[in-house]
Amino acid sequence: MRSLLFKSLVKDPVTIAGPEAEANATQELARTLEDLSRRVLGRSLVIREVDAGSCNGCELEIHALNNPVYDLERLGLKFAASPRHADVLLVTGPVTHNMRVALERTWKATPDPKWVVAVGDCACSGGVFAGSYACVGPVSAVIPVDLHIAGCPPRPIEILKGLVALLDAAARNNGAGKGAVR
Amino acid sequence: MAQRPRTARRSDPRPRARRRRAVDAKTWIANAEALGRGEGELVALFAEPDRVHMALRDVAGTRLLTLAVADRRYPSVGARHAPAIRLERAIRDLFGHEPEGLPDTRPWLDHGAWPLAHPLAAKRGLPAKSRGGYEFLPVEGEGLHQIPVGPVHAGIIEPGHFRFTANGETVVRLEARLGYVHKGIEWLMQGAPIARAAMLIGRVSGDSTVAYAYAFARAVESALRLTPPPRAVYLRALMAELERIANHLGDFGAICNDATYVLIHAHCGVLREQVLAACDAAFGHRLMRDCIVPGGVAADLSAAEARRLKALVDSIAPRFRELVAIYDDAPSLLDRTVTTGLVSAELVRRFAAGGYVGRASGRDFDARREHAYPPYDKLGLEVPVFEAGDVDARLRVRLREIEESLRLIRRILDALPRGEVRAALRGAKGEREGVGMVEGFRGDVFVYVRLSGTTVVRCHPRDPSWFQWPLLEVAVKDNIVADFPLCNKSFNCSYSGHDL
Repeated sequence: MRSLLFKSLVKDPVTIAGPEAEANATQELARTLEDLSRRVLGRSLVIREVDAGSCNGCELEIHALNNPVYDLERLGLKFAASPRHADVLLVTGPVTHNMRVALERTWKATPDPKWVVAVGDCACSGGVFAGSYACVGPVSAVIPVDLHIAGCPPRPIEILKGLVALLDAAARNNGAGKGAVR
Repeated sequence: MAQRPRTARRSDPRPRARRRRAVDAKTWIANAEALGRGEGELVALFAEPDRVHMALRDVAGTRLLTLAVADRRYPSVGARHAPAIRLERAIRDLFGHEPEGLPDTRPWLDHGAWPLAHPLAAKRGLPAKSRGGYEFLPVEGEGLHQIPVGPVHAGIIEPGHFRFTANGETVVRLEARLGYVHKGIEWLMQGAPIARAAMLIGRVSGDSTVAYAYAFARAVESALRLTPPPRAVYLRALMAELERIANHLGDFGAICNDATYVLIHAHCGVLREQVLAACDAAFGHRLMRDCIVPGGVAADLSAAEARRLKALVDSIAPRFRELVAIYDDAPSLLDRTVTTGLVSAELVRRFAAGGYVGRASGRDFDARREHAYPPYDKLGLEVPVFEAGDVDARLRVRLREIEESLRLIRRILDALPRGEVRAALRGAKGEREGVGMVEGFRGDVFVYVRLSGTTVVRCHPRDPSWFQWPLLEVAVKDNIVADFPLCNKSFNCSYSGHDL
């Protein structure tokens, strides 16, 4: 443990860094996000994730946003355990009939103003599961969706980019209302 | 620590005609009773509109028994062998077959929300009448209270409902209710071309997308008598081991995180991220989804990426060992994991629980060794087995397996044959069937497929979680509520793989 701690004194952070590297999208996003989220919601945006039928692939990549490489929290973004604390619902899956009620209730439990982001091909369109007797269809068939992030699953960096797009649109509306930003 | 000699029984998991048998009700019952006496293990139990199949493993090897279903009734296996109960509840919901004598006839996958009943039956039924609530098993005693959790959980995880009954802080019973993410995958596969079915199978359980694609490819190739090119065989194992490492690293970190060791969690997160980034660079997808296809693999590995993977393995090994040393040297962490969430060897054997759940409780089974599918027949494999059956043991199985997978990856990269990576699929005349069994990170993934030409007539994927979920309910008993996350993460069962 001591050697590990010592290394952390002399090594560079693993968090994607280096503003001069243009490949480093995360750092750019960090600045944009920080500025926008401060204007809209006083520097914080709380997210509640809802798996409404996903294969768990999207959850793995959303989870990755919390790791030290992406470090979502440095941007003022944070995952909450309760929808009552959330500004954003990040919804995955081709909403199954068995999850429909739970999704609707989670949405109702989230205070206004709120945004819904559909993450992954299934949440956007039903994906490969479209047409099944067990699936309602895309998230937008159940609750209003403000942003779609495609991918199967989308890479973590793509999810971050999507959140920026959402904040952009929210900022344009001055935080007073919210509009669809498809 | 037990290790079976390398010359252990190797049964071909692919049933040829001799391994598949149509049986009558008497033989079916006799086999179910033999399972109940512990003379063999249930591998899978699934249905079709006019029959039920039981895959079992005993001294004679792995066999598939098929029973014709008359008047939509057949003799229940669950009545004679408890691990079959949930499988039969699912069969009942999907096909409308009545397992005669089934001790628990509550619906399992059908929550009363589908627009129809018995979706996979020859003749679908009307939607179930709104059933209102689900009746959990009664719990009686003084000073008990219930804690309902889910289906929407606090963390970024899959949905399911847990009903805890606690006395003070101590859990006296946990009953899980699953099925929330049932997507109708078996139905979607019926009549699908092989390519579409392969996409569906890769989305049964996101964390095991390689294992499912691998098992499906082997099942299809077995049905079509097709041998994939040697290079593809090695690349598949490479992907499977990368998937295993990525998942085990995630679990190692998550378990420690739940015992407040955020340090290990953070470092595991970095290592996992590096593995996924390397997979992305090498195969074009972080989770390697759709990379294994029937006939071979979708894309070849370049020499440069092979070198990079080798460098990755070399860089991960020492850093990983340092984390293991921290775990070993942290009494406050071990205090949370040792003797927590006990599962007995007897139960694990009865349920034929695979993966780290089985191997942490003395069940010496690993499909890579037991079925010795190529290239594992040439790689040699050390299977770690522990006896303690607690959270610590399930974690230690993973830690040893990460080491073993790192070694396997080096061997695979050294021995990687040259040549083609994909053979063309040619449909055969008439119906052909095959099965594939592959050791995923969580345990043995079983896939049955029947083809007509290049169209899937019937496909059934069986997730290892079917035989692990019920044991979680036992593991958490007599533990405090606060230790449930540790128990749960040490199992890390799949919801989607189970719910299908």
